[in-house]
Amino acid sequence: MNLRGALCAATALVSVAATAAMSEEITIATVNNADMIVMQKLAPQWEEATGNTINWVVLEENVLRQRTTQDIATNGGSFDIIFIGAYEAPIWGANGWLTPLDDFADDADYDLEDIFQLVRNGLSADGHLYAVPLYSETSFTFYRTDLFEKAGIEAPTEQILYDPDFMEMAAKLHDPENGIYGTCQRGKAGWGENMAFIGPLANAFGARWFDMDWQPQLDSPEWNAAITYYVDLMTNYGPPGATANGHNENRALFKDGKCATWVDATSAANDVRNPNTSSVADVTDFFKAPMQVTSNGTGWFWSWALAIPASSQKIDVAKDFLKWGTSKEYFEMVGETEGWVAVPSGTRASVHDDPRLLEAAPFAATIKEAILSVDPANPTKDPVPYTGVQFVAIPEFQGIGNYVGQQIAAALAGQSSVEDALANSQQFAVREMTKAGYIK
Amino acid sequence: MARAVPHKTKVFNTAVAGTIGFLMFFPILWILILSFKTEEDAIRAPFQVLFSSGWTMDSFATVQERSDYFKHFMNSVTISLGSTFLGLLIAIPAAWAMAFVPAKHTKDVLMWMLSTKMLPPVGVLVPIYLIFRDLGLLDTRVGLVFVLMMMNLPIIIWMLYTYFREIPGEILEAARMDGASLREEVLYVLTPMAVPGIASTVLLNIILSWNEAFWTLNLTAAKAAPLTAFIASYSSPEGLFYAKLSAASIMAIAPILIMGWFSQKQLVRGLTFGAVK
Repeated sequence: MNLRGALCAATALVSVAATAAMSEEITIATVNNADMIVMQKLAPQWEEATGNTINWVVLEENVLRQRTTQDIATNGGSFDIIFIGAYEAPIWGANGWLTPLDDFADDADYDLEDIFQLVRNGLSADGHLYAVPLYSETSFTFYRTDLFEKAGIEAPTEQILYDPDFMEMAAKLHDPENGIYGTCQRGKAGWGENMAFIGPLANAFGARWFDMDWQPQLDSPEWNAAITYYVDLMTNYGPPGATANGHNENRALFKDGKCATWVDATSAANDVRNPNTSSVADVTDFFKAPMQVTSNGTGWFWSWALAIPASSQKIDVAKDFLKWGTSKEYFEMVGETEGWVAVPSGTRASVHDDPRLLEAAPFAATIKEAILSVDPANPTKDPVPYTGVQFVAIPEFQGIGNYVGQQIAAALAGQSSVEDALANSQQFAVREMTKAGYIK
Repeated sequence: MARAVPHKTKVFNTAVAGTIGFLMFFPILWILILSFKTEEDAIRAPFQVLFSSGWTMDSFATVQERSDYFKHFMNSVTISLGSTFLGLLIAIPAAWAMAFVPAKHTKDVLMWMLSTKMLPPVGVLVPIYLIFRDLGLLDTRVGLVFVLMMMNLPIIIWMLYTYFREIPGEILEAARMDGASLREEVLYVLTPMAVPGIASTVLLNIILSWNEAFWTLNLTAAKAAPLTAFIASYSSPEGLFYAKLSAASIMAIAPILIMGWFSQKQLVRGLTFGAVK
């Protein structure tokens, strides 16, 4: 071997050693959903390109929330990237638990401005961005075009009223003898289950969780009207045993052709319109979630996003992965490998305007319009001191939302009256808010 | 003399026992059925699930493809065996002392040990998490072996204490008179006589450790996560994963079910040891 050859070999060895020394192992904690499964599938490309490796920790949503809260609050440092929602991002960010991602704005290739302003706002606190979105969703009405036609109902082009429009619609479509229910809505108790539907419904009826002095308002006539409507609607035109039905169960019922209408997450649209997984793919369309005394807060807002705990020791590598996983190129890669209908929705303007997406999923325009019409900072008819449509962005909401969800599920099951359910909810909320120091 | 039982009563008792047995087994049977269905079929009404068209192994294939089952399995084996044998090392001498050389407050000590099981684990989660963080034990198998051993130690000591109390102290005394040291007395006289009890304690403790989901989920992330974390990764409130969740559950419980099946005679013998005098 001549001197040049030896030098080349030595240089190659040094660079291999340097790459190995620089390569890092990061741990990502995430939920198990379709978009994250795709990300796990594509992540080896990032690993190959950077030489870094990823450990995936996949947990159920509530377990993930509890597990990551505990790790971040105690500075455990077990995770370098966590998958969190629009509820946690601003609260944890304000607590100093997350690494600010403001420098993403300086990266022209990443093009932070391309992410919908609404979504960026939802993931920020005190002017700092704390998470970047993989997908975002609002709620709209799924309906069966064939059943509407048969019943002589014209599909709405404007936002309709819950009472009487939506109720009458459900009544006309309800045909339990033939296994068709007028409407399927969430009944399973939980702040992320039945309350995700009931929160926007209550907003539509003019209700609010708290007044400007943080006094709970759950015993107000507006809440009573909303919950009475919900119980009537579901009792008369919903499927039996509705208190056991959450998002998954209703999605299955709708895809199986059992529901004529369903107000739920826009993120389920791809699945419902996929002929390989749904028996009603060709006869499903969408219109806005109904309103009542106000149109404010009638469609919820949620975003699943990636964030970096402040306790991570590998912030630079984690940031590199975040940029890769939420970049325009990533969405393009998903479109090319998984099909454009599988591209996560509600995040980037450029993706929503892509003709390939519009061709594969013509309803993407409806989703974009629905998402952009949401204003989490102005979710109710009367002014409120909080942000969030189907949730209130304070740490105490999780407990209060779960309790109220249980009370309303009990009213739906006929185990208590609407009045009792709301009186108990009010009592609980007052106790929790007093304990937390919001009210004296 | 055995009491004559009328034929009708026998049939009735058998039917009741069979029904109770079936009801107890039903959740596992249902998980098994769901694991062989497609996601769309798995979420249908119960009768539709049974009579829906196809049976498929797809969920098992997907679970294998997406998760490192073997890694989780090995973690479960290490953690359950490690915690059990470490527990025995401490529990056998402790139970011997309490059974054969009781002090004035032995009963109180036993009750105190048992009372630690009455504390909800979440009550000590944060202190233990902080200790683990400071000792670098988070997401390690050593940490889990230690914490599960501590959690199950009261049960092991209580069980062994009960078995040891059935062994006549005179036999140990005879061994001592023959010149056996304390170590020889425990190792060569007491332990062989208590083998059924020790075996059932070991089996029960392995089952408890295998199924433990609170500490194993809270103290692990990627490296030491056992099969409980493997199951948890297929649970989701958004999207259809019932069939995959069922397949993951079957894969997680199969080893312990098989072990329980083969050792049930030993297990029952040990658990009823000394029940009838």
